[in-house]
Formats: sequence, C-alpha cells, structure tokens
Amino acid sequence: MKQELLVTAIIFLLLFIKLSTKEWKVETSLTVINILLFLNLVSGFFYIRTGTLFGDMFRTSELLAFEKNILNLGTFIISLQSYSWLKQHKHVPEFFMLMLCTLLGMFFMLSSNNLLMFYLGLELSSIPLAAMANFDLEKRHSSEAAMKYIMSSAFSSGLLLFGISMLYGATGTLNFDEIAGQLTTQNSLQVFSFILLLAGFGFKISAVPFHLWTADVYEGSPVAVTSYLSVISKGSVLFVLVSVLYNVFRGLDASWYKMLFLISVLTMVIGNLFALRQQNMKRFLAFSSIAQVGFILIGITGESIEGSASVIFFIMVYVFSNLAAFGVISLVSAATGREGVDDYKGFYKTNPLLSWILAIALFSLAGVPPTAGFFGKFFLLLAGAGKGNYWLITIAALNMVVSLYYYLRVVKAIFMDDNESPVEKIHAPLSPKIAMLVCTAGIILTGLMSGAYNYIHSLLK
Amino acid sequence: MNYSSYIALIPLLPLAGFALLGLFGRKYFKQSSGIIGTLLLLVSTGLALYTAYQYFFVNGKVDGVYQSITAIKYTWLSFSGNVSIDMGIILDPISVMMLVVVTFVSLMVHIFSLGYMKGEERFATYYAFLALFTFSMLGLVVSTNLFQVYMFWELVGVSSYLLIGFYYDRPSAVAASKKAFVVTRFADLGFLVGILILAYYGKSLDIKTLVENINSTELANITTASFFGISALTWGLTMVFIGGAGKSAMFPLHIWLPDAMEGPTPVSALIHAATMVVAGVYLVARLFPLFTLTQSTLNIVTFVGLISAFLAAIIACTQTDIKRVLAYSTMSQIGYMMFALGVSGYTGEAELGYTASMFHLFTHAFFKSLLFLGAGAVIHLVHSNEMKDMGGLRKYMPVTHITFLIACLAIAGIPPFAGFFSKEEILLAAYHSNKIVYAFALFTSGLTAFYMFRLYFSIFWKAKGPSMLVEAHSPSPLERDWGEAEGPISMKLPLIILGACTVIAGFIPFGKYVTSDGIPLESHFDLVFSIAPVAFGIGGILLAMWIYKKESERPSRISTALGGLYKTAYHKFYIDEIYMFITKKIIFNLVGRPAAWIDRNIVDGAMNGIAWTTGKFSAMIKGIQSGRVQGYALFFFGGIIVLAMIFLYLWK
Repeated sequence: MKQELLVTAIIFLLLFIKLSTKEWKVETSLTVINILLFLNLVSGFFYIRTGTLFGDMFRTSELLAFEKNILNLGTFIISLQSYSWLKQHKHVPEFFMLMLCTLLGMFFMLSSNNLLMFYLGLELSSIPLAAMANFDLEKRHSSEAAMKYIMSSAFSSGLLLFGISMLYGATGTLNFDEIAGQLTTQNSLQVFSFILLLAGFGFKISAVPFHLWTADVYEGSPVAVTSYLSVISKGSVLFVLVSVLYNVFRGLDASWYKMLFLISVLTMVIGNLFALRQQNMKRFLAFSSIAQVGFILIGITGESIEGSASVIFFIMVYVFSNLAAFGVISLVSAATGREGVDDYKGFYKTNPLLSWILAIALFSLAGVPPTAGFFGKFFLLLAGAGKGNYWLITIAALNMVVSLYYYLRVVKAIFMDDNESPVEKIHAPLSPKIAMLVCTAGIILTGLMSGAYNYIHSLLK
Repeated sequence: MNYSSYIALIPLLPLAGFALLGLFGRKYFKQSSGIIGTLLLLVSTGLALYTAYQYFFVNGKVDGVYQSITAIKYTWLSFSGNVSIDMGIILDPISVMMLVVVTFVSLMVHIFSLGYMKGEERFATYYAFLALFTFSMLGLVVSTNLFQVYMFWELVGVSSYLLIGFYYDRPSAVAASKKAFVVTRFADLGFLVGILILAYYGKSLDIKTLVENINSTELANITTASFFGISALTWGLTMVFIGGAGKSAMFPLHIWLPDAMEGPTPVSALIHAATMVVAGVYLVARLFPLFTLTQSTLNIVTFVGLISAFLAAIIACTQTDIKRVLAYSTMSQIGYMMFALGVSGYTGEAELGYTASMFHLFTHAFFKSLLFLGAGAVIHLVHSNEMKDMGGLRKYMPVTHITFLIACLAIAGIPPFAGFFSKEEILLAAYHSNKIVYAFALFTSGLTAFYMFRLYFSIFWKAKGPSMLVEAHSPSPLERDWGEAEGPISMKLPLIILGACTVIAGFIPFGKYVTSDGIPLESHFDLVFSIAPVAFGIGGILLAMWIYKKESERPSRISTALGGLYKTAYHKFYIDEIYMFITKKIIFNLVGRPAAWIDRNIVDGAMNGIAWTTGKFSAMIKGIQSGRVQGYALFFFGGIIVLAMIFLYLWK
C-alpha cells in the first residue's frame, strides 16, 4: 500500500502547488516534480511488504512491487523526456496530476484481488488518459485523439463490465481466488464472459481486432502521452493479464490458449504488415508496438513460470527500448515539429549521438544482439515453445524477419540516405539527456547481465 | 591442466579492440588505430596457435582419443529448472582448428588493410568493425551452448552488415548489406525454430547434454513425434541446416553473397572466404552426432551442397566482375564441404567425409583469402572490378601474380598444393558413398580449374596491360619501379604468408587430428584414384589457357555458340529475379498492397460510410469527430462475436 500512498501524496502536493497563490516558474516546478518522481521510484525498492488488505480486495507481494517499480521507472523517464515539450506549457502540474492518477489506477489494478477492485483500477487508469491525450491544447488532432480514445475506451469498459457481471452470475463471487475454483471449459457462459473480459484486455494492449483506435490516438496525442500509452499503460495491463490468466482463469486454459494463439498471430501479422508502410514515426512505432504485443502473447501461451518471467522481463526491456525511441522522436518533434520517417534522412550527419541511440533502440525492438530485445524475444519464444506449438513459433520467427526489414528501413534513412535539409543539430536539455542515458544503459545492460531475468524468475517461485 | 586463463583472451582481445577503437578511435588514434587492432589480434593469434599446439600435441589426447574439453563454462542465466544458458569455451579438434583459422586469416586481413584502407576517412571505425566481427566469429566457434551459438551467429550477421555497408554513401553497398542481413536473418529463423525443437526434446541448450539426452533417453521421443509424417529430429535438424545454409550461401539462399562483394575487398577475404560463410559448415559439423542419427537430413545436406557446388561453378564461368567470380567460387567450394559432410558417417572409415570437409575448410581458408586479397591488390591498382579493364598485369605486380597463381593451382586441385589433398579426400569420400555425387563433384572440379584460370589469364596475361597504366607511363614503362604498383609491404606480406601456407597446408596429415569421434583416422593415399581429378583439373586449365591467354575472338565465339545456356548462367539462372518476383509481385502485391488497400478503403471507407449514414448529425460535429469511432466499436464488437462463435461452437 505504501507505493499507492506515496503516489497519492504526490498528487495532493501537486494540487496544493497549483492552488497556492505563488506563481511557480515552469522550470522549477518541472525540476521539483522530477525529483519527487525519482524519490517515488527509489522508495519503491525498500520496505516491501506482502499480504492482503481490505478484506482480500487488495494484495501485494515482492513481484507486484517490482512490477510497480518498472512502471514508476517508465513514468519517471517519460517525465524527464517531456521536459522540452512541457517547458512551453501552461498547465504542468495538471499534466502530472492526471498522469499520476492513471499510475495510481494501474497500481490498484495490479494489486487487485477482486473483479470490482480491478475494474476500479482500470477505469482510474483510463479516463485521465483521455485528458492527457488532449494536452496539446491548440492542436485539433490532439482533441480528436482524446475524443476517440474516450469513446472507444467507454465502449470497451461497457463490454468488460458486462463480462464481469456475467462472470458474477456464473460463479456467484467477485473474489479472484473463489472464481478460480469454479471455472470449467464446459460452461459456455463462463467462456463467453471470459471472451468479454479478454476483449477488454485486448483493447488496452491493442491486440487485433481490438486495436483500431491505436494508430489514430498515437498519432494525434503529444509524444509524451503516446509513449505513456504504448509503454506504461500497455505494460501494466499485460502484467495483470499474465497473472489473471495464470491464476484466475487457469481452469479455462484449454480455451484461452487457443484464443491467445489466434490473437497473437493476428496481432503480429497485422501489426507488421501495417508498420511496413507507415511514413509517420509515431504511427510507425504504434503499429510496431502492436506487433510487439503479439510477441508478448506468445510468451503468455507458454503457461509456466518461465512464461511469466519472460513476459515481465520483456516488458522491462520494452520500456527501455520503446522509451529510448520515443525520447529521440520527442526531442526532434519538440525542436522542429517534424515527425515523418523521411525527415530522419541524413539525421546521422547532424545528430550522431541521437542517431546511435535511436538505432540501438530500434535494433533492440527488432531483436538484434547484443541488445536486450534479442534476449527478451528469445526468452518469449523459448517459453512459448514449451507447449510444443511450432506453428506459432515459426510464424513468430517469420514476423521477426519482417520487422527487421522495416526497422532497418528507418536505420537506413538515418545513416545512409541523403537529405538536403536534414533535421538541424538539437541541443537537448539535461533531463532528456539523463533519460536517454538510462534507457540506453538499460537496453545494453539488462540484456548482457543475467541478473534481471534471474531476479524475476526467483520472485515467481 | 588449466586452459581457461589464457584461452578466454583469444576472443576477448578483439572485443577490447572493438571497444577501444569504437569509442576513442576516431578522436584519439586515427591512423594508428590500424596498428593497435593488428597488434591485439597478433596476440590473439599467438595464443590460438599455442592453444592448438597444447591441444593437439600435449594434452588434448587421452588414450588415443581427442577429448572434447570444456575449458570455461559460466552459467549466465538459468532459464528454468533444466534449461540454462551458459557462456563457455569448448575445445575439441574442430573448434581449435577454427580458432587458428579465424585468428590467422583475420590477422592477414588486418595487415593487408593497413595498406589497402590507408587514408580512408573512417579508418578507425573500419578496424573497430573488423575487431567486432573477429570477436563474434571466435565466440561462435568456441560455443558450448546452442544459445551462445545463436547469439554470436546473429552478432556475426550484425557485424558483417556493418562491414558490407561500410561505404555507406554508395547506394549499392547499402542495398547489399541490407539484402545480406535480411536474407541471412530469414534463414536464421529456421535456425531459431530448429534450436527450439531440439531444446524442447533434448531438454537442454547445452550442446553436450543435448546430444547425450537425445542419444540416450529422448531418442524414442524425438524420432517418433512426427509432424507431417516426418520426425521431430529431422525437422529440427533440417531447420538448423536452413540456418547454416543461409550463412554459408547455399542454394537457394545464396543470393546475398555476390552482392555482398560491395564491401571493401579485404572484408570479402575475411567474411566471404574464410570465416562467416563457413559458419554453416561448422554448425553442421558441431551438431554432427545428431545429424548422423537421421539419414534424410544428411541427404538434404548432400544434395543442397552438391547443387550449390555445381551451379555456382557454372555461374562463375560467365561472370566478368572478378570479385563475383570469387564469390561464386566460394559458394561452390563450400558446397563441396557441405556434401562431404552429407556423405560422411560418424565412426571408423565412414568418417572420411567429415575429416575431408574440415580439411577443405582449412585449406580453402588460406587459398581463398589469398585470392581475395590478390584481387584486392589488383583492384587497388586498376580501380575496377571488371576483367576487361585488366590484363597483362603480371609485369606490374609480380608478387601478386605468383601468389595468385599458387592459389589458382591450389583451388584447381593440382598437386602438391593444399587444395589437391583436401579435394582428393572429399572426392574419395563421395566415391565410396554415392557414385552420382562423385561424378558431379569430379566434373565440378574440372569447371573450377577452368573458371579460376579464366580469371587468372584475364587478369595477368591477355593484353599488354590496362590502357590506363600503359598510357599513363607509356614514355618509359621500364624506368618505373613497378614494385610500387603493388602497394606497400603491408599489402604484399600477407600475400606471401598466405601463399606459403597454401603450399604447405596440404601436407598436414589432417585425419590424424580432426575426426568426428576423436579417434585418429589413417589416411590412405591412393595414387591411382587421383589421376581422374588431376586430369580434369589440368584439362580445365588448358581449356582456359587456349581460350583466354591471348586476346582473341574465341571467348565471344564460344559464348555465342552456347547461346541460351550461357545467357542463363550469366544471369545467374535468374534466381534473383525469381526472388524479386516472389517478394515484389507476390508478397507485396498479394499481401502488402491488399492490406494497405483494406486499411485505406475498407476500414476507412466503412468508417466513412457509417459516418455518412449516421446522418447529418455527424456532419454538424464533423470538425471534432471524424465519425470513425463508431466503426471502431463495430469492429470491436464484431471481434467479440467472432471469437465467441469460434470458441463456443467450432474450436472447443
């Protein structure tokens, strides 16, 4: 509960800052917020408790604390990266209040041991996101993205709630442990309510066919929000998905294994096919991140300790890799407003360091050694192969080749293509620099040092 | 006996070189970075040679059998209870041999590049990439664990991508590097699936344990579990072989190799002659105990190898770019190594093929890198890759000429040069196992002699000399010291060393050291048997001499006489075109374009349509809301319905 309390405290602190009569300078408040977020991150590693609260509604464990730390870290990095963008913005405390509210929602969702608590957390993490998507106040695209997000989100929540109520009807309880005892694949009502729940998850992680909102919303939102949506929001739901599938719905595993198989293949193939042709960097990353989710689902199909471990490990790697890519894009976008793939032609000539960071991030996303993405993908496949389903593995491997192709297309644009007016030299402020450093170090170290995976694996035993 | 302390340095020194030159090279070392890289590798080479000496002559053999020694093993990560991922160094005859080959050839290339790449703007970067490549290749050959193999395998791919694309301002180099990366990556997916299948049944990623498990307890499982009527073992190994075939440029995955010649020529000598391209052969040899369990996979290996050897030899006869000739020749020779493995058994007399394959790998490394470096020296002088720009160069570059001739004789299989001995053994192994394979192999060896000497005569004989050289110095060609034309000593020295190796390497009694089961093989030399191959070799040489030694109408007459066949071979049997057709026309048009079309028309269209039918209301607020969201919701709902239908009724 400590992590939740801390986030709540920060939210209130921000509220007071906003309400106080004294006008804070934007730079000062950004620095203060970053320090607060950093403290929040660090404190997550101490005094970890395990147990349940509120009559079995809320539970916590070392593993959950670790997952929350990953989310904290991601939020901190995003906050550092959005420095240049928020510097020109009038409503800095509000932005962070909204962001931390969603984070709090995710924490509750992760810790939930009850369907209502889960739903509460999910909603708390979704609704403020729509307001965040609208944060480029003057841009029409931004409002459009927010509108689309809130509409789709409401729709999916409605169906999710429908599923929850049916599940309650079928089992007579909302408690996870009690539900787990009563599920069988024979009961069509249970399977159908599970499908509704899965669709709700599918919406949040943008799995095909529940992904349609993704590209528009990613493209329209400010880069910081896009990266928050694609990394933190997705990551948290995936954490929950693994534990819910393995613990609550293990009675239906014969069904959900096939569903995940289908959804995973669709997600990889469609994500990749669309990513091939994108010209906008944000849209490109949006589709490629859809394909990444397809990959993660393979790890989940493994249904073993290794399955969870590889998924959690991969999400951690994905946080670093994707945020590194978004970090560079956000700098370029804040400095020049250019977001097309073609705008990155000749980028190496003017910004060699940023080019390398982006290239390493893309290599990690493509799964090229020695970056962490290579290890992450290999572990996912190894876990998925535990079921002996080689169709899935072969399709996944084929998709890895396709994804390599389009990631290399961007790398080629950066390093090799000529451009008469490349993006000019960008001078990054200190905090985005720190963020880049953390991400790049993360991409390289989490792969080469085996400690991270071993630690996750030990938490699961 | 403690190997570990210094053996780890063999791969680690190049890694240090990469880090040092990569991070600081451009700023602080500049031209001296070549020297630094070379010196580090010199130490590595020394250590590798010392290791080989220790292993083969001092303590590798126990009771007359060469042991497989795990010098270092560090459990890097334990994935689950019984699957752990180790990083380690294994010493057995083939890995020790490869250590020597890789470090030695890499050293020669390092030295050669001192002269060849001199004055290049990204000189330090070039040496950093070379060091990275050498490190990856060394890591690959000493792997104890399939994951380690796979990781270094991919790293080798990455570093060769960097090296082939080194001239990144040339579009053709960029395209070539990307092609090589994507094609080999495509093959690697086979490798990956193969590893996962083997690991699933063998219950381990450690090669030794895996082989033991499959040979003993899991054999029944893996051979009975079948998929489309073929056993899991065959599937797994075939998949692994696909990976190997991709790296080793075997038919039909060879299309990247000729294009990869866009990289700097010394790089071709390193990557495309001696090291990376033989990785596939090495992989098959490394997993050979498993391959011998299933004859059907060995047959695939044999025939893919044979087709590659034969096809590439024919194509090589028609190419005019000297590096492409060498590229196809490499493919052909690797084909030899592959089918030699394919016809081999695991123990006793039958393992001759295995030994022969490794022997040919060993000798080929020397003479092929010599040929590439020689070609590099020629290109350095005439600034062209085309045969028609050359001719008569023997006067201008005597050292290159002699060493190139030695290498040509070696590859043509003329005694007493290295190629003769190794090819002889391959042919003998083929003869004992399958007469058809033998016949093709014999004919191919004649072709080899022909195209190599076509190359040789076209470069060094034929005309008086390249017009630019003759004209530029026409007043008094004799006054100039033409030794200069060959470049500095750093370019000549490797040629001489490799030339010497090419002469003596064949006399190593290879069967005594390198066999599949570690028990020395008595090599029996049969004089009568070698008459046919040598006769074919000499025949090929004489034919090439008759056609190409002097400037004449003969080449063009012959090519016209051959007509369609020549044209087909010249266009490399249109294999690239077939691939282009499949990827561009079929995959892009049939899959990619419809997908984009659906995105544009159906999805967007449907959304717009729905928006339109929602009536004028949507038009009123169109500014804020494009109307598509309803469509998204429809899709969402449809998805649920479809899932429910499938999983409640159809696929329970």
